[in-house]
Formats: sequence, C-alpha cells, structure tokens
Amino acid sequence: MSEPVLPALLGRFEWHDLPFVRAWENPNVSEIIGAGAGGLVIFGALAVAALLTVTGRWRWLWSEWLTSLDHKKIGIMYVVLAFVMLSRALIEAVLMRMQQAAAVQQPGFLSDEHFAQLFSTHGSIMIFFMAMPFLTGIINYIVPLQIGARDMAFPWANSVGLALTAGGAGLMMVSLVAGQFSTGGWSGYPPYTGLAFSPDVGPDYWIWAVSLGSLGSTIAGINIAVTIYKLRCPGMTFMRLPMFCWTSLCTAILMIFAMPPLTVATALLALDRYLGFHFFTNDLGGNMMNFANLFWLFGHPEVYILILPAFGVYSEVVSAFSTKSLYGYTSLVIATMAIAVLSFTVWVHHFFTMGQSANINAVFGIATMTIGIPTGVKIYDWIWTMFRGEVRFTVPMLYALAFMMTFVIGGLTGIVLAIPPLDYVFHNTLFLVAHFHNMLIPGMLYGMLAAYTYWFPKAFGFRLNERWGRIACGCWVVGFYLAFMPLYVLGASGMARRTAEIFEPDFRPWLYVAGVGAFVLLAALGSLFVQLGVSIRDRATTRVTAGDPWDGRALEWSTSAPPPEYNFAVLPVVNRRDEFYEAKRDANPFAPPARYDLIEVPRESALGPAIGLAAAACCFGLVWHMWWLAGLGLTGVAAALIGRSFVRDTRRIIPAVEIEATERRWLTTVHEHRPIPRRLERTPVNRGVAEATPR
Amino acid sequence: MSRSAHTGITLGGKGETHHANAEQDLFGFWVFLMSDAVIFALLFATYGAMLGGTAGGPTPRDLYELKPTLIETALLLISSFTWAMASVSLKYGDTRTRVLGWMGATLILGLVFLSMETHDFATMFAKGAYPARSGFLSAFFALVPLHGLHVLAGCVWIIVMGVQVIMMGLDDRTKTNMLRLGLFWHFLDIVWIAIFSTVYLQGLAP
Amino acid sequence: MSDRAREIWRYVAGLFLAAASTAGAFAAVRWPTLLGPRTFAFICGLGLLQAIAQFRFFLHVGIKRSARDDLLLLLFSSIIIALMAGGTLVLMANLRNRMM
Repeated sequence: MSEPVLPALLGRFEWHDLPFVRAWENPNVSEIIGAGAGGLVIFGALAVAALLTVTGRWRWLWSEWLTSLDHKKIGIMYVVLAFVMLSRALIEAVLMRMQQAAAVQQPGFLSDEHFAQLFSTHGSIMIFFMAMPFLTGIINYIVPLQIGARDMAFPWANSVGLALTAGGAGLMMVSLVAGQFSTGGWSGYPPYTGLAFSPDVGPDYWIWAVSLGSLGSTIAGINIAVTIYKLRCPGMTFMRLPMFCWTSLCTAILMIFAMPPLTVATALLALDRYLGFHFFTNDLGGNMMNFANLFWLFGHPEVYILILPAFGVYSEVVSAFSTKSLYGYTSLVIATMAIAVLSFTVWVHHFFTMGQSANINAVFGIATMTIGIPTGVKIYDWIWTMFRGEVRFTVPMLYALAFMMTFVIGGLTGIVLAIPPLDYVFHNTLFLVAHFHNMLIPGMLYGMLAAYTYWFPKAFGFRLNERWGRIACGCWVVGFYLAFMPLYVLGASGMARRTAEIFEPDFRPWLYVAGVGAFVLLAALGSLFVQLGVSIRDRATTRVTAGDPWDGRALEWSTSAPPPEYNFAVLPVVNRRDEFYEAKRDANPFAPPARYDLIEVPRESALGPAIGLAAAACCFGLVWHMWWLAGLGLTGVAAALIGRSFVRDTRRIIPAVEIEATERRWLTTVHEHRPIPRRLERTPVNRGVAEATPR
Repeated sequence: MSRSAHTGITLGGKGETHHANAEQDLFGFWVFLMSDAVIFALLFATYGAMLGGTAGGPTPRDLYELKPTLIETALLLISSFTWAMASVSLKYGDTRTRVLGWMGATLILGLVFLSMETHDFATMFAKGAYPARSGFLSAFFALVPLHGLHVLAGCVWIIVMGVQVIMMGLDDRTKTNMLRLGLFWHFLDIVWIAIFSTVYLQGLAP
Repeated sequence: MSDRAREIWRYVAGLFLAAASTAGAFAAVRWPTLLGPRTFAFICGLGLLQAIAQFRFFLHVGIKRSARDDLLLLLFSSIIIALMAGGTLVLMANLRNRMM
C-alpha cells in the first residue's frame, strides 16, 4: 500500500493517500473523521452534479454564470464560494475546540497530525478562500454601481481572478480526498515545511492553493484600483465617492502591493522543495528567518485588506440606519489612507521574538501602536454619526453595533501585543489567537454579514427574513464571546496555540466554555442558511423591485432590484456627495431620459473558467509530481491567454428598444408603489420606494 | 486632446470609448508592472541578504565576468531603442512591414541576449555553481533567471504580436497590445539595470 | 523639426544617457582604484540616474497632466519598494550580526 501506484501517470500517489484506505487499515476516530470529510467532498460534488442534471441546468450554469463577465454575477459567485468555504472552516474550528476540551491530560479523539492539519486548513481557508472572496465579491458587485459605471475596468480579467480563486479552493477540497494538507499552519514556516522535515504533499498543497488565491487577488486588486481611478461617472470626484469606494480603493492598493511578497515567499519555498534550492534550509547558507520576513511583509497588509472593506460597509450601514449623513467624511478618508500606508510599516510585530535588536522591535512597536489612532478616529466618526440620528435597529445595524463594542476590545489587546516585552510573554499563546479572532470575527465577518444583509435586496430583489437575521446575529455575538474570551485568559495563563493535548487541569473549565461557544457559532451559521431558505420561501412578501428599500444615499440604490445588466441606461451625473439621496429630496431622480441609446456589454467568455481549470490542474500535477499534468495545465493557461488576445468580438449590444422597455417597466413599478417611511421599511408594504422625508 | 505623453494611438475617428479603453488598459498594465516590480525588489533584497551564504562554495568573484555582462547590457539597451522605433512607426502610420521590421530586430536582440545568458549559466554550472550548492547561488538563480523568463515571455509576446499584425493589421486592439508590450520591454531593461549593478558589478567591485 | 524627428531624437538622447551611465558603471569596476570603497555607491547612483532617464525618455513618465497618474503610481511604488527591500536588508543584517 506504500508504493506509488502508477508513477508515470499518477506521480507519487499511493493507495495509502486515500483517507478511506487509511481509515480501513486504522479505524480510529481520527481517521474515520478524515474519511468522512473526504466522503463528504465526493458526495457533495456528486450531489451538485445530480441536481444540475435533474433540473436540466448545466447549460444555464455555463452560459448565464460561469462564462459571464458581468461584475454583478461575478460578485455573487465570489460570495457563494465564501459561504461554502466558511461552512467547512467553521466545522474544522468546532472539531478543534472539541479536541481541546476533550484532551486535558488525555490524548483526545484527534491525532496530533490531524489536529495540525485542521488548524492549517482552518486558517488558510478562512483567510484565502472565505474572507478574500467575500470582500472581493461585495466590492465587485457594489463599486461599479456606486461610481456610476457599467462594469469593472477589466471584465475578462475579473472572470480569470474568480476562476483562479475557485481553483485554489478546489485544490483545498481535493486535499481532503487525496493525500493530506500541510501541518505547518496557515503561515507555513520552513524549515518545518521544507523538504527535510515535510517531504509529503501537504506543504505543496498549501503552496499552490495559496499561490492560486493570491494571483486571483492581485488581479482583483488591479481591477478595482483602475476601475475607481478611471471609471467614475461625470462629477464623481474623489471627495464625492461613497466611503465604501474609498475603502475599496485602499484595499485594492494594498492587494496590489502586498500579494507579491507572498508570491515570493511561496515561490522560494517551492524552489527549495522542488529543485533543492537553499533559501530556507538549515544548511548550505539557507536563512529561514527571511521566510518570516517575506511572509509577514504580505501578512500584515493582508489583515488590513481584510478589515478595510468591512470599515467601508460600516460607514454605509451606520449612515443609512442612523438616518443621517456620515460624520467627518474627510477625517474618514484621511484615516483610511493613513491605515493603508501605515500597514506597510509594521510587519515585524508578527515576529518580535525572532531575535532582532530591541531598537528594531521598538520602532515597529511604536509604528504598530500608531495604527490604532486612525482606527479610533473611525470609531468616533461612526459614533458621532449615530448621535442625534434616528437609529433603526435593523440586522445590519445590529452587526455594526456589536462590531463597535467588541472590536475595540481586540484593538486594546492589539496595543498590548504591540509592546515588544509584553509580546515576548504572549507570542504564540492563545492570547494572540483570541486577539486576531477578535479583530477578524467582529471586525471582518460581521461587516461582511452586514453587507450581505444590506445589499441582498439590491442583488436579488427581495429582503432577507428579519427574525432569522436577528437569531443569526445573536448567535454570532454570543458564540464569539463564549468561544474567544476564555482564550484571552488561557493565553495569559500560558497556554500555547496549536496544541492538540493539554497538561494543565486548570485550563479545563475555560476550554469547555470555548467549546460551547464553538457550537453556538455553528448554530449561527445554520441560522444563516435557514434565513436564506425562509427568505426565498417568503419572497413574495418582501419584494423590493423598485430598488430602494432603505432610503439609500449612494448610486446603487438608484437602480432597480436587481439592476439591469447594463446598470444605468444613462450614466448618472453627480454634483454633490450622496447625490441620489439629495435628489430624492430636491429633484426628480426617476425622470426618464430624453432618449435611450444602445449599450455595449462584455460578451461571455469561456476562457476565464478554462484558465482556472488549467491552472488548478497544473497545480494538482505539481503537488503529486505528475509532470505531464503540470505541463499540460501550464500550456493550457498560456494558450488561453494568447487565444484571448486574438479575440476581436468582445462585446455584445443591448438594443435601445430593449433598454427602453426595461427602464419603462421599472419606472412604472417605482411610480405605482407607495413611498414608505422608515418605520415601515421592514414590513411587506416596503416595495423599494422610499419616502423622501426632509433631512 | 493630445496624448503625446504615451506614444500615441491614431484611432481614425473611432472615438471616445476606444481611446478611453486604451488609457485604462495601459494604466492597468502599469499597475501590474508595479506588482511585478515588488516581486523583483524582494528577490534583490533576498539576494543581498544571502550574499554571505556561499557555504564554502563559489563566490561572486569566482563567477561573474565583466565582458559578457557588458555585451548583454548593450543588447538589451539597443533592443529598447529598436522597440521605441517600432512604436514611432506605429504612431506615425508607417507600413506594416516597417513596424514588423523593428519588431523583428527587437526579437533578435532579445533572443541573442537569452542565448548568451543561458551560456553564462551553463558555464557557471560547469564550475560547480548550481543553485542547490549554496544559499547565495539559490538567490542568484532565483533572481537572474526570473528576469530571463520575463524576457522569454516578452519574445513570445513579440512573435504573437507579429502574427496579429500580419493577420489583422494594425487595429485598435493590436495597437493597445503593442503599447503594453512596449511598457513591458522597457520595464525589463530597467530591471536589468538593477541586476547588472547590484549583482554583477557589486560582485566584482572592491 | 517635425514631431516625428523630435520624438526620435528624444529616444536617441535617452539611449545616449543610458549608454553613458552604463559605461561609467562598468569603468568604475574595470578600474577599481579610481573610486575604491565608494565604487558600489557610485554604481548604484549611476543606475538610479539611468533608470530615471529610461522612465523619462523611453516611458514618457513626467509631470505633464496626462502622465501624472503614472508618475504618482511610480513614486508610491518606489516608497513601498524602498520600505520592503530596505526593511528586509536592515532586518536580515541585524539578525546576522546578532546570531552569526
């Protein structure tokens, strides 16, 4: 069982690499769980294929979605990917919490190796295949609408970015079925992940999955930055941009400059592993400390990539549901830019203990503390926005309030960690784990869930169920506190991170509380799925096709729900901030234009998905040393790129008559429904027309 | 609206959309080049950090030579000039043959550069200086061949563009692609400045 | 002089500047006694000048309005690169001094 099966064809694959074979030979709980996970992947794939066959939707999926270059559809597909991967990674978290609760002075039910894979996949998935796709999807959907554009600057590249990200996620899923994943954490430090200590496929899966994801993100970043820079509608100066666009621009700039260090770090590790280079080896002149340096040159800006879009969402949500314009717009813009620039100056704080001098640590410690200031400015601006506003406690607003209160705790513990001598005590303990989850969950995840709830009606034409939204929100908040506050205590008491077995009985009660919290978080996820199901079932009562359910401020609310493919029949002209909101009060934003012209939209392209598939195949081949497959995949990518450059017919025309018909239909809807005041916005009378109460 | 800053695009009345598209296509490519520049910069920094990691093997002084490096530098510099001539031909509406001629010159210079560089690497290998020998050599062989791979990609791109010019003439998309290729080619020459300065000349300097 | 001729001369000027600085750098290494320990700094300075010349003459990056976006992008990128590369070199040198 321990020899390669068919080396010429299947590289270094052996029967033993299948979790089912391992579980058969060694039927302990750990292996059975592994086999179950592998089985679930296969079953899930088959189930989706069966569903598509039975409903006859293959053609629809291909021509309406997978080959679409429409930013709205690409955005939705990104978010769908994020939810799928969130489900997997959350279950992994629950398993880890269960193991730690069970394994106090006992081995627990997971093997050390399995536990190590779990924390590695959990982190890698949450960062690269949940958070990045989620924020990229939301930005993709909303930004062109908010700046008054018809699509992103590079619609075809957009499709490629999605395909590469999906390819990376696919590789992560395949690692459950064939081989195993890295046991080196999401940061993959060598020499442990080098050839000498981990010659197995694990770190290779990590390297290539992360590379695919980071390439997709670089492309997305370029697209977003150029879109905001060059495609703003007439009159939309930088200082009239909605805050979400400002944060998206800064996020994009971070993506462009922060992804390359990761590419370098993983590429050099790959050179070590595949060609015997000596970048990070113990011998012959290698220097593994450079890996930490390169990785965190990426890693620090990365966490600001994760949080800035959430900050943008909060700006939109807090303003909308405080019935008041954002307080301190200019200070928010400056704070966002400050955070973006400063994020490149603090990376060493991730390895204060690596051995550099106290002076260097001090410089980076001070820089780290400085970043807290612009974030604080933002929090105050949001609070002042709510002050003397008419606050409506909708689900997005509940997430925003929970964020404001909980995130600040994480920020304070961040200041603690920023002080090098204190960090020497807390580094790599559960205190650190609690800190970054305290930033990512209440910060990033709540922001994305608020965005999902806030903009779902725009994307799909009906509102989400309010009751289940509150249940989900409540579970996310309670679950977070239960799961992570004990970790602060445990970390301060000295418990290290990434441990499969614990030898200190005093830790047990805290681990139990954390375990309960994990289940509450699972319930939160479940509630979201229930919410979706209930919302679809009840959509007749929550339809808001007129497009403006919340009395919105920015331009996305000035279209129908869902918006037409071309977004705007006539590109809007903007004279002030919150143009649509103001126009509802002193002009007629729904006046039909004098004439309708034809509009060109990007034609569908199969080459985007083709590149994703070819790249994923290439990487799979590299993992297993199936050189023929790697070569084939690479050739496929090159061929697709070259092929695309020959395509001249990249646009499709939507005739003026069709546009006129669509627009008239929508305007009729707007005029036939009663404008509703805010107190009725969560009732079935809300059809998406807002009553323009005086400011 | 004079766009003489970018070697311009004569569009013959196609109008705003295509002109604007070209501008955003070029800007997007600039941005991509900046991310590529960061990759190179970090490889340079890694090289600098690993200069001392020779592990008792060959050192820079043992391996680098002035003359081939100077010739390679000249080849790339002249190729930048020949491409500039190609883009002037493009801008002022010369015949296809003219444009293709300058493109061909650039391609030949690029290929000669690559063959010289490959020969250099072979010589190094023969002296026992292969990447798995030491950290310093690993750093060298990550940086310099990466530049070489970019030049190879550029050569392939020139060939592809040549085919497109022949098949489809000098239409808007081809022109925009040519401009992007120009950015790429010049960028590679600038990276080479850094390579010959900080790798070869530093290695041979006192 | 026609526009076209003017443009060609600009490229020739760029070529000449680049060749001159290249020659200077190689000369400094070929005849090391000229500069001694300052040779590397001299080479780097010349390299920087040549890069600027190439950006200006071959890539048309300048302060004119139509090129300003490109210039700002370049300047921002340079800052980030200086931070990342410089930071790496300082950090790794510090670690080497303390540990090797």
